[in-house]
Amino acid sequence: MAEICLALVMVGITAYAVLGGADFGGGFWDLTAGGAERGGRVRGMVQRSMSPVWEANHVWLIFVLVMVWTAFPVAFGSLFSTLAIPLFLAAIGIIFRGTAFALRGHAGTIREARLLGATFALSSVLVPFCFGATIGGIASGRVPVGNQAGDTVGSWLNPTGVLIGVLAVLTGAYLAAVFLAGDSVRAGLPDLARAFRARALGAGVLTGAVALGGLVVLRSDARALFDGLTSGGGLVAVLLSGLAGAVTLGLVATERYGPARWSAAAAVAAITVGWVLAQDPYVLPPRLTLDQAAASDATLTTLVISMAIGALLLVPSLWYLYRLVLQGRLDQDFEPLDQRFRPMSAGDEPEARP
Amino acid sequence: MADAALLTLAAERVTGVLGGAGGPDALVARRMQALSLAVHIPIVCFGIAFPAMILFVEGLYLRTGDVTYKALAKRWSKVALTLFAVGVVTGTILSFEFGLLWPDFMATFGEVFGVGFALEGVSFFIEAIFIAIYVYGWDRLSRRAHFLCGIPIVLTGFTGSFWVLGVNAWMNDPTGFGVVDGRVTDPKPWEALLAPNLGHELTHMYLAGYMVAGFVVAGVYATAWLRGRRDLHHRAGLVVALSFAAFAAGAQGLVGDWAGRRVSVSQPVKLAAFEGVQRTQAGAPFTIGGYYDAGRGEVRYGLPIPKMLSVLADHDPNGRVVGLDSVPPADRPPVNVVRISFQTMVAIGSALGLLALLFVVTVVFRRRLPRSPWFYRAVVAAGPLSLVALIAGWIATEVGRQPWIVYGVMRTSEAVTRSDSLEIGFAFLVVVYAGLTVAVAWLLRRLARRPPATELAEPAEAGG
Repeated sequence: MAEICLALVMVGITAYAVLGGADFGGGFWDLTAGGAERGGRVRGMVQRSMSPVWEANHVWLIFVLVMVWTAFPVAFGSLFSTLAIPLFLAAIGIIFRGTAFALRGHAGTIREARLLGATFALSSVLVPFCFGATIGGIASGRVPVGNQAGDTVGSWLNPTGVLIGVLAVLTGAYLAAVFLAGDSVRAGLPDLARAFRARALGAGVLTGAVALGGLVVLRSDARALFDGLTSGGGLVAVLLSGLAGAVTLGLVATERYGPARWSAAAAVAAITVGWVLAQDPYVLPPRLTLDQAAASDATLTTLVISMAIGALLLVPSLWYLYRLVLQGRLDQDFEPLDQRFRPMSAGDEPEARP
Repeated sequence: MADAALLTLAAERVTGVLGGAGGPDALVARRMQALSLAVHIPIVCFGIAFPAMILFVEGLYLRTGDVTYKALAKRWSKVALTLFAVGVVTGTILSFEFGLLWPDFMATFGEVFGVGFALEGVSFFIEAIFIAIYVYGWDRLSRRAHFLCGIPIVLTGFTGSFWVLGVNAWMNDPTGFGVVDGRVTDPKPWEALLAPNLGHELTHMYLAGYMVAGFVVAGVYATAWLRGRRDLHHRAGLVVALSFAAFAAGAQGLVGDWAGRRVSVSQPVKLAAFEGVQRTQAGAPFTIGGYYDAGRGEVRYGLPIPKMLSVLADHDPNGRVVGLDSVPPADRPPVNVVRISFQTMVAIGSALGLLALLFVVTVVFRRRLPRSPWFYRAVVAAGPLSLVALIAGWIATEVGRQPWIVYGVMRTSEAVTRSDSLEIGFAFLVVVYAGLTVAVAWLLRRLARRPPATELAEPAEAGG
């Protein structure tokens, strides 16, 4: 039962890293799109792609939280108290990101849009970094069992934490560029498709390079994690992840964005599995094992049954949403973000269109 | 009977699995949690009630074919989506805070109540999916499919609050686990989540959701009404919202009675704090106003109604009401905060009930809307007042639970994080929430100023 719950947590983390990560990556491209005019088209596309799905994507995070605190309560209490700083920052970042994004859709002037956009974009970088650093803290064995028993700063602000934080930001950016390139093709906007293709290739290569270089960091900073990732099942997962990443690059280079969505997701899933295998059998290395961390069987059974019933409702709903999205049925008109504010003749008609 | 129950609970004290020592800042942690809840709960009210109101108006459109209703439903759905986005982020903060502020509570009892949140997560997920489809699907799905996509939003508004209140009811009346040597054993998640307090808490909150959403929305249209905007759009907005609110306000009186009697059984000390009852006594009075003087152990300057509390709590003028002195001072909640909150809630709730009655009587017997501008001014005031009553009610029940995080089983001070720098986080959060409130108010004003006809002209625009 504990294994099933762990698997569900991994599904949640993977889904959040892929879907939520891509939404944060959208913020990254928004941030780096340049001035209001130059970046207007990129920002318009980010806005258009994210709007209908970001809330549902975000719920995967909630799913992970509730699964962990129900199935592995001791681990949850320990890691949230020791890693309170990055988690608090992530929570604040989530407020800023979600609110600013929702409000930007209603901005009346380019100045408002800029302010809200900057808030949205900066927090989109902060949040994945904090989550990555949190994972780094856990994986490098810096979270002891107890009520804030670990070092509240050193547990995440260390080479492994920073490395995984940076990787999380880059991975999100990579995923977002792949998805946005596909969306641009579907929207019939070849110039944007080219722009996102170039970003995807750049981010993909950079992510791969940092991941490879990062192994050196792990070797000196988190030897147990490094050993886990470079032997046995961990190694297989890492190689699979690298392979899926490379395949994605090839698919993007040849402009096959549909399959690239899936291979990019597979790369993230593989590295999530690799992480768990690398620290097996521990939930909080180097002491708390899966069996010790697991709640009692009655709870785990109830949880798994509840989730199975929930899945019966959830899976068709999600399928319906993504089908509508991928068919373009929920698409809004594409509008470069700076263009929206051009025809402002009268101040009382903020949403006037060209 | 009640004293015996307390004694039993005292024997079942649990020590936290992370040590149970707690930290220095329980009060700051409680304030942070309270602030976050105070921001989130009003949004929840809209999650509970607004979808039903929107769907009702869309139903009017489908029946009559009048696009005014469509414009109204569409306008409301955009507001609902914006509030949902705020609810998503503020709800996320809450779940983070459970771990950040109360690690030992989560570590010790996560296996008992956690499943409730897992189910709430499923419910919330479905809500997020269909609200996106609904709002972005205007004019893109068939009318029938669009309407049907609204139904899961209404249902999940109910199921979501069902599970969260299941957990809260459990914290107030914990069951579904055993205690051996201070350790939690043998968790029974279903028994815990379907705790006896759930029935009244859920109904009370569900109706409160309809009251808050109804009165706040009605207040917006009543303002317009007072300014002379009385076309079908504003009329429909006013009447629909006010009807939902009025129905809920009427039913709330009955639920309040039920809740009071439940609390007198499951948490007698809380009831004593609601009313500042010092000594256990038969035929206890209900005292209106005044304040509780802990030194004297009595309520001063209040207006007592003899035997009224016994009537309310027990439906018997000579019924016995447990007093604060049944437990040591360390086990009593801060009486004045709890009592003033409780009285505020009851007073506002009663006033809103009268307003609702006036509305219903006028509509039913005179077949028209009330004419006096004072009625509409009262409706404008009812929006913020209903929010005050909502928050006051939650303060009464949650502060009334103190000093326990799990009533009678674990103290709040034992559950709190060991962190000693919560003030920084608290200050930060105050600033963030103030900014959030301003930003949302700004956005809703902007939405409201757009002429309703733009909803029909711009099928593609759905905002954030």
